[in-house]
Amino acid sequence: MKREFPLFVTAVVGIFMILSFFVPHHSVSVPADFLQQCAIVVVAFGYVLGGANVLKLNTLAISKREPGWPYKIVLIASLLVTVVLGVLEGRQFLDQGMKSKWIYDQLYSPMQATMFALLAFYIASAAFRAFRIRTAEAGFLAVAALIVMLGRVPVGQLLTGWLPEPIQLPTIQDWIMETPQNASKRAILIGAALGVMATGLRVILGIERSYLSGED
Amino acid sequence: MNLTTDLSIWVAALLTLCIFSFLYKDNPFYKFAEHLFVGVSAGYYIVLNFWTVIVPNMWDPLMKSFGGHGVSDRAGMVAVELGDYRLFMLIPGLLGLLLFTRFFGKIGWMSRWSLAVIIGVYAGIKTTGFAQGDFVAQVQGSLQPLWTGELGSSINAIVFTVGLLTSLLFFFYSREHTGALGVASRLGVFFLMVGFGAGYGYTVMSRVSLLIGRLQFLLQDWLGIG
Amino acid sequence: MAHALENIDRRWIFLIMGLLVLLPLLFPLALPLVVSNRVQGFHDTIAKVPDGSTVLMPCDYDPGAIPELVPMTRTALRQLFQKNCKVVVLCLWNGGPGLVDNVVRSVATEMNKQDGVDFVNLGFKEGREAVMVVMGQGIANAFPRDYRGQETRSLPVMRGVRDYSSFPLLVSISAGYPGTKEWVQQVQARFHIPVVAGVTAVSAPEYYPYLQSGQLLGLLGGMAGAAEYEKARGEKGTATRGMDAQSMAHIFVALCILAGNWVQWSKSRSVAP
Repeated sequence: MKREFPLFVTAVVGIFMILSFFVPHHSVSVPADFLQQCAIVVVAFGYVLGGANVLKLNTLAISKREPGWPYKIVLIASLLVTVVLGVLEGRQFLDQGMKSKWIYDQLYSPMQATMFALLAFYIASAAFRAFRIRTAEAGFLAVAALIVMLGRVPVGQLLTGWLPEPIQLPTIQDWIMETPQNASKRAILIGAALGVMATGLRVILGIERSYLSGED
Repeated sequence: MNLTTDLSIWVAALLTLCIFSFLYKDNPFYKFAEHLFVGVSAGYYIVLNFWTVIVPNMWDPLMKSFGGHGVSDRAGMVAVELGDYRLFMLIPGLLGLLLFTRFFGKIGWMSRWSLAVIIGVYAGIKTTGFAQGDFVAQVQGSLQPLWTGELGSSINAIVFTVGLLTSLLFFFYSREHTGALGVASRLGVFFLMVGFGAGYGYTVMSRVSLLIGRLQFLLQDWLGIG
Repeated sequence: MAHALENIDRRWIFLIMGLLVLLPLLFPLALPLVVSNRVQGFHDTIAKVPDGSTVLMPCDYDPGAIPELVPMTRTALRQLFQKNCKVVVLCLWNGGPGLVDNVVRSVATEMNKQDGVDFVNLGFKEGREAVMVVMGQGIANAFPRDYRGQETRSLPVMRGVRDYSSFPLLVSISAGYPGTKEWVQQVQARFHIPVVAGVTAVSAPEYYPYLQSGQLLGLLGGMAGAAEYEKARGEKGTATRGMDAQSMAHIFVALCILAGNWVQWSKSRSVAP
């Protein structure tokens, strides 16, 4: 029951999903639609579970006085305040004027954007310290990167605008993107598609069981 | 310079600077902002999924079904019509609650039933999606004439086809890459490297854009410059 | 010189990068932009949509993609509203609904468009591809209520909208997964609705095969794509203003790659017997 029943459920549900792609009859489409609605709701519960897990782990860390525990108080306090306000404010919690919307606009949004903005600095640092051209292949990679970087922005046109059009940086950049880059990306797409199809079938047929992690 | 008097913008700007301070070195301001962000994010995701999925997609239809109503005009607590499942929405509710059994060691295995439904649905959807959208359509798109009537585009078509085939052959691991296969896969490597280099160039553009966005916020919204 | 560069503190690189992005924002260079054929395809496909029709516009991004995708969203919405098209917006990213609503509302106010009549923001729904497939059986099945909590089926803009067959075009603005790739796989491949896409630069290269195969009819890639689209529409938004800084940063990163390799080469030459 503990392992066999979930494997059976996965197989039946998965086969139904694949069948619904080919069979438009309501005897297939209605149960398939219901199962998809189930998945939507269960995944949403999963996010609530994830939040509860964050609360549990950090509360434990505070009680054990792990390194950095004062910051975890900030984490838990902000989590609880956000949840309580959001639940109390109801369906309109993201409407203008709501405290939850303020939290989203002035705390969540700027901090998330800034976290990603840090990457610009690290990419420059990594370009200097780690990007090493030691082989012919790496040379091809570097040349393509340099042409695309400069050709995609206005400065590429400025630097090579005086040359004949076929050898201007933006033209070469366009050719690289539409021909050799396109070919390699398509090969990766096709290969990945075959891999996903194979893995999907392995999961549905119960050959791949890693998602049933843990002991019986 | 026209410094804003809006306290909210000041809060956003100061938190932005707290995170940027990490570039100098790790410090309490950054740690504070980081933990605040994690807490707010986790809380926001809980509330968002509650009000946008659990309530409208499960709770509301269930409450309506207890009154004998649903999406269609037909009366009754039970329905099996496209988009109208009434009392059957108890099933995803129960499956969702079963996920929480993971917190209780002895009955944690029951959460696998919920996972089984999720895995089954997405395995099926992704298999057909990748098969149609990424495999069939892409192979179809590759079957193009090598001679187009014009020299330039014909050369491009030949280069494209050679690049595609040799790149695909690089990923064929059922045979050792020697002889003709070795030559083809080596050529494929060069095409793949060009692809990765182009990807690197676009990645640089993406990351720099994010920095530009934050600086535009600090300059225009906070400091009132430009 | 090579030895000094080899041991340089990376914070100097951070400082130079920061200055090279900051200065062009303060002192614009107004470098010329050229509209590429991919961006023109995006623009022309929207232009060909019959005036007054209802268009589906999934905006699958969060605040991490604001500089690249918000300008595209604004310009696309303006182009659609100018054609009196009705727009059905939704978001499949957790972090996105508040941001997307801010953007849609600001453009709608600017163009005097009414919520529920000229456009609707269906808000967020968890479920990724499952949501896309459920929408194929009925848009309101997946989104029984909109962002404001109103019943979707009762809205004037949703009258006549049943499933994907009700839309002549899908305009996907996306930052990753779930996004354009999934819309192409699950919706374009199944329901054959025309799709154009605006994506972040980091994911743009992977969509070129879709463009070549005809699964996408137009593609905006990153801030450069957004800036070109603004130029095609005769606008001068945040994307256009950011391109000078983008150019300087790209030159710097290119020099970093070359300088780093020159340092390495100098070092190996001095070590070699």
